[in-house]
Amino acid sequence: MRMTGAQAIVEALRREGVEVIFGIPGGASIPLYDVLYDSDIRHILTRHEQGAAHAADGYARALGRAGVCSATSGPGATNLTTGIATAYMDSSPVVAFTGQVATPFIGRDAFQETDVIGITMPITKHNFQIRSVAEIPEVIKKAFHIAQTGRPGPVLVDLPKDMQEGEAEVEFPEKVEIVGYKPTYEGHPRQVKAAARAILEASRPVILAGGGVIISGASQELRELAELIMAPVVTTLMGKGSFPESHPLALGVLGMHGRKAANYAVTDADLLIAIGTRFSDRSTGMVSCFAPEARVIHIDIDPAEIGKNVRADIPVVGDARRVLRQLIDVLREMLRRAKTEQWVEKVQRWKKEFNPRMDYDDVPLKPQRIIKEIMDFLGEDDIVTTEVGQCQMWAHHYLGRTKPRTFISSGGLGTMGFGFPAAMGAKVARPEAKVIDIAGDGSFLMNIQELATVVENEINVVVAVFDNRYLGMVRQWQELFYDRRYSAVGLGETPDFVRVAQAFGAFGTAVERPGEIRDALREAFDAGKPAVIDFLIDRECNIFPMVPPGRCLKDIIE
Amino acid sequence: MEKTHYIVALVEDRPGVMQRVSGLLRKRNFNIDSISVGATEIPGISRITMTVRGDRVVLEQVMKQLNKLIEVVKVSELNPKESVVRELALIKVSVKSADARAEVVQYANIFRGRIVDVAKRSMVVEITGDEDKVNAFIELMRSYGIKEIARTGKTIMARGTKTVAVREQ
Repeated sequence: MRMTGAQAIVEALRREGVEVIFGIPGGASIPLYDVLYDSDIRHILTRHEQGAAHAADGYARALGRAGVCSATSGPGATNLTTGIATAYMDSSPVVAFTGQVATPFIGRDAFQETDVIGITMPITKHNFQIRSVAEIPEVIKKAFHIAQTGRPGPVLVDLPKDMQEGEAEVEFPEKVEIVGYKPTYEGHPRQVKAAARAILEASRPVILAGGGVIISGASQELRELAELIMAPVVTTLMGKGSFPESHPLALGVLGMHGRKAANYAVTDADLLIAIGTRFSDRSTGMVSCFAPEARVIHIDIDPAEIGKNVRADIPVVGDARRVLRQLIDVLREMLRRAKTEQWVEKVQRWKKEFNPRMDYDDVPLKPQRIIKEIMDFLGEDDIVTTEVGQCQMWAHHYLGRTKPRTFISSGGLGTMGFGFPAAMGAKVARPEAKVIDIAGDGSFLMNIQELATVVENEINVVVAVFDNRYLGMVRQWQELFYDRRYSAVGLGETPDFVRVAQAFGAFGTAVERPGEIRDALREAFDAGKPAVIDFLIDRECNIFPMVPPGRCLKDIIE
Repeated sequence: MEKTHYIVALVEDRPGVMQRVSGLLRKRNFNIDSISVGATEIPGISRITMTVRGDRVVLEQVMKQLNKLIEVVKVSELNPKESVVRELALIKVSVKSADARAEVVQYANIFRGRIVDVAKRSMVVEITGDEDKVNAFIELMRSYGIKEIARTGKTIMARGTKTVAVREQ
């Protein structure tokens, strides 16, 4: 077929099943946008490219397939980078397109030229710059393939303007071969057997489920395994929702702001079955005293994660779902059960003893109470996104989730300003679900301009602002570790979030009393438009428990 | 135990591939002493040789992280004791007298080097060998006055039938 590069791009996207693009056009991407004008692909015009990247990421995480964003060259491209880095750290399949100055101008510091390939090399799984119109279909096919397979991650495709405008004979391949890219999906049978033997020998096993369980769709297998071997399950932030937190074997989240029961269980375990996790420092605390008594089975699709942060006694490289299925099959054949009753009883006692209190009636509001009301209000298929900081950790610690892809948070990069545009992306992905962003006032302000996007496009998400007029997490650290010297954390009196919401055409309401929370949530979700609830919370409320930085998980303090 | 490891990576010969490799080494905080690149027997595939300092854990991480790069086709570690390790150096030496000139030629012969350029007051010697040999020769030349040194960085090939080849697709 003979067509222009821009036509080839849009046709390739259509063939990939792309339904929506979040983005902003600019000088170097006008040819692409001219073709999009006639296309069925929905384009959602965000108000900042960072919003577009996070929205594509939120879409991808809610749906489990690639989210697409687009920006022009130069500042458009650099504005995407925070979003790309966020997706990279959390293994999210985002495909980003950037306009670029025409090939003859590259390297001449042309207007709005930037070396986006160089800039994004360390924060993408891979990136491409189009060098000929004819290669466009193959490159885009590769981009989506790389983004969505193996350990997923963002891929960027840079589109010089002359490549969009030029014409060529193009062919659209059904499949692509990449010589140096062959992810391992099946676990090595010998390793699986070794893991099974270790499981049967253990008397105090703990399963640690990370984001990989969600990515590979292994929740069913995880549950089967846990019930089969009667092992308690803890999750990382990224793994939240991979195992129902309402399940009797669930101990909740572990880590710096994890549940005490989870941290204690990992510390006392004689076997840790870690699945799809990279052992982030926020999950492990000090590595030298992490799971000190445990043998470690580490199941991960990325071989480089094995032994990177935590030693693995029995590594199994492969896709979580397939490896768990193999493991369950082998365990069933062995027809023997480990004796874990006493251990399960012990962790259940911890779980009961340290079950957090949430029913506070205080004014100003306690975050626990708001989280409880939100939890009661939402169904299990509804989606929670978070910003970053105290608000995120309150949600992480208190807000129970039971299904995968219903808790979306920037775990690795910890990007303030992520939650709101991610909520927008999630809502576009799953319009039937209620979507709420658990926000802090500091984070929300970082991408508040997207209120225009959600209002214009009728993407009815709710932002719950936990408003303490502080960069709360930094303030908490300054309180605890820097002698209450509150350096540059006060956010002052502005803005009035209710009026800001209203000025954008969204619904806005403020809540000061616990009795008003539920009604406010109902009003917000029934408003027929995007909504902002400004929860005025106890300004110096901290997130506890906490493992102080550089300490062991067991040294968790109240 | 910290030691120097020889790593060979076969990579697709695409723009930016060296930047991907060197950028990765930098971002992961790995220490490299030497990195060199050249063509292979297969069109479109280049061979990067690097020497990395660190213990087994570091070596394993370097290799695994390199393997994750899409354009890296194969990564191998070669044991220098079972391999041929070579480096080429061009050394421009001052020769202020006929005696000096004769001595430099003699040394070059002993080291199986070659005089590749002669001018009135300088000579360029090409020397090939392992790192120790090249270093030893350079030390000898210092007394004459070294004007310039250009070294290629190390390259390595296993002895015997063992190869670092792209597996058949």
